Amino acid sequence: MAIFLDRNSRVIVQGITGSEGSKHTRRMLAAGTNIVGGTNPRKAGTNVEFDGTSLPVFGTISDAMAETGANAVVAFVPPAGAKAGMIEAVDSGIELAVIITEGIPVHDSTAAWAYNVSRGNKTRIVGPNCPGIASPGQSNAGIIPADITKPGRIGLVSKSGTLTYQMMFELRDIGFSTCVGIGGDPVVGTTHIDCLRAFQDDPDTDAIVMIGEIGGDAEERAAAFIEANVTKPVVGYVAGFTAPEGKTMGHAGAIVSGSSGTAQAKKEALEKVGVQVGKTPSETARLMRELMRSL
Amino acid sequence: MDLFEYQAKDLFAAHGVPVTAGDVATTADQAREIAERIGGRVVVKAQVKTGGRGKAGGVKLADDADDAATKADAILGMDIKGHTVHRVLITEASDIAEEYYFSFLLDRSNRTFLAMASREGGMEIEQIAVEKPEALAKIPIDAIVGVDRAKAHEIAVTAGYPAEVLDQAADVIMSLWDVFVGEDATLVEVNPLVKTPDGKVIALDGKVTLDDNAGFRHPDHEALADKAASDPLEAKAKAAGLNYVKLDGEVGIIGNGAGLVMSTLDVVAYAGESVGGVRPANFLDIGGGASADVMAAGLGVILSDPSVRSVFVNVFGGITACDAVANGIVAAFGKLNESGEQVNVPLVVRLDGNRAAEGREILANAGLSGVEQNDTMDGAAQRAAELAGR
Repeated sequence: MAIFLDRNSRVIVQGITGSEGSKHTRRMLAAGTNIVGGTNPRKAGTNVEFDGTSLPVFGTISDAMAETGANAVVAFVPPAGAKAGMIEAVDSGIELAVIITEGIPVHDSTAAWAYNVSRGNKTRIVGPNCPGIASPGQSNAGIIPADITKPGRIGLVSKSGTLTYQMMFELRDIGFSTCVGIGGDPVVGTTHIDCLRAFQDDPDTDAIVMIGEIGGDAEERAAAFIEANVTKPVVGYVAGFTAPEGKTMGHAGAIVSGSSGTAQAKKEALEKVGVQVGKTPSETARLMRELMRSL
Repeated sequence: MDLFEYQAKDLFAAHGVPVTAGDVATTADQAREIAERIGGRVVVKAQVKTGGRGKAGGVKLADDADDAATKADAILGMDIKGHTVHRVLITEASDIAEEYYFSFLLDRSNRTFLAMASREGGMEIEQIAVEKPEALAKIPIDAIVGVDRAKAHEIAVTAGYPAEVLDQAADVIMSLWDVFVGEDATLVEVNPLVKTPDGKVIALDGKVTLDDNAGFRHPDHEALADKAASDPLEAKAKAAGLNYVKLDGEVGIIGNGAGLVMSTLDVVAYAGESVGGVRPANFLDIGGGASADVMAAGLGVILSDPSVRSVFVNVFGGITACDAVANGIVAAFGKLNESGEQVNVPLVVRLDGNRAAEGREILANAGLSGVEQNDTMDGAAQRAAELAGR
């Protein structure tokens, strides 16, 4: 098994004909993802070719679902169209929507999230501003490089793309059940807590790496959740100890405001509930390696 | 982007929020002219993007235009918590009967918007929250429904605003919601919102933070950026389309991915503890591509920082292939040499991940002077710190 995405996932790509959409569709296919089509309202009814695979293009997600049985969508939509894309995904009732787009206005993502909640929270939205989800050996939805790790029993949840890749690579000999990049925006659809809960319930995950960064209080809330609900071992890492107050560090959500959202507070909250927190990514990987050896 | 008070009030006025008449001045003479135009008593207010201006002596009442010029002269150039005052707002003085607090903001934790309102205004909101938490009403706003008259009225009542101002307060709250949504703000704060002795409700101060991601639908927002105050290196990087933040250390940092770069700063700072407290000089995320152009532009900015004594290039090849990055570094050196810029500090490069072996070989064969490689992030950080610590 895995969480959110596995070999049975039937994936469509929103914006499949765009430059990012087609580039990453090719990569996802190469990684073994079962991609069954894509959407572009202006090119509905056509087909696109990817190295010998011909994929149908539909006008809407609903059409694609009806024709292909798709249950997951990966969105490569420019920021201005991302809110409409997310609302379309929610309206279609699709199980999983992975929003890769960076630079979406936070009013748009907040409105899309509110819309999803008002419709019963049936669609799992991952992102925006995220690298997606990879369940190595099964499926890959997004832009995570598939070939830098192997299947295994570690679950990973992270706000950062490259730190996710780094961790997958450092622990490639042990391997991962699922790696979820939840994204670096202030408002995201899937939180650390959602992933921790799913990993806790996943029989194929033995331990969890959780990567956080400055901004907001998602890590503090995750720590409280771990204390109450997670019995599997968790190793943590937090980036941004040297970030100055009031400066956005690359990710829209990565900002220390006044005294809130600091890396130190997040590290302390995690350590207080028994999570080992690495000082560097390599030390974090080492802690996980030792932990897996002792299980 | 945080706005100055006068910019916030301009947006308020444009959306129908009542504010006092006023204008911004950069010299004492301008302050006099504005005060003459307004007539009577005015307030001279330092325009800095930090709280506590009043306590620091940055807000003064002036009896007439000459007095306004004198007060402006004293306030211009002041340092308030590290912010130099370059502008003062000259605004009509209003008598105050009561002070309230009001704000709309993004509530990240609950993934929604929040109205915060209190009958206690004037002091810092953090202080109200600590000293009188019961006096601070927090009302979640449904992002789809927004704030209509009924909701605005509910907020005003929950805040405990007195009965005689409820209707006016509801009007102001609706207009502030219009600012919040219409301008793509993540914070709209009025502290204090006042009632004058003749019963009018006015926004006496204003604080607005705009969402940088929404710039594409607000072309007018670019003019609100305080270009003069931004660090010259940050301005140069921004012009080159780079994601750069100037810091106060000695090790220049280039990396790919926001999280990895933040992490690199931390690892360099730890390493620096053992070599006399060397620190990272900047945040620079060159993103996925790491082309020669981006690498050259990034190196160019970092090398023009006089405090940089070594540079750490930390790249993890995910989608990006390390051989492409290595070629980018080699080509960047060529570009810099052509433009007469000297790479006069040592570079430590760590390439790992996708095609790392090929990338390392390209760099080794290129024989760039002052460039050394290290296979691990921790090892490379240590080496870069040592080189800067000498």
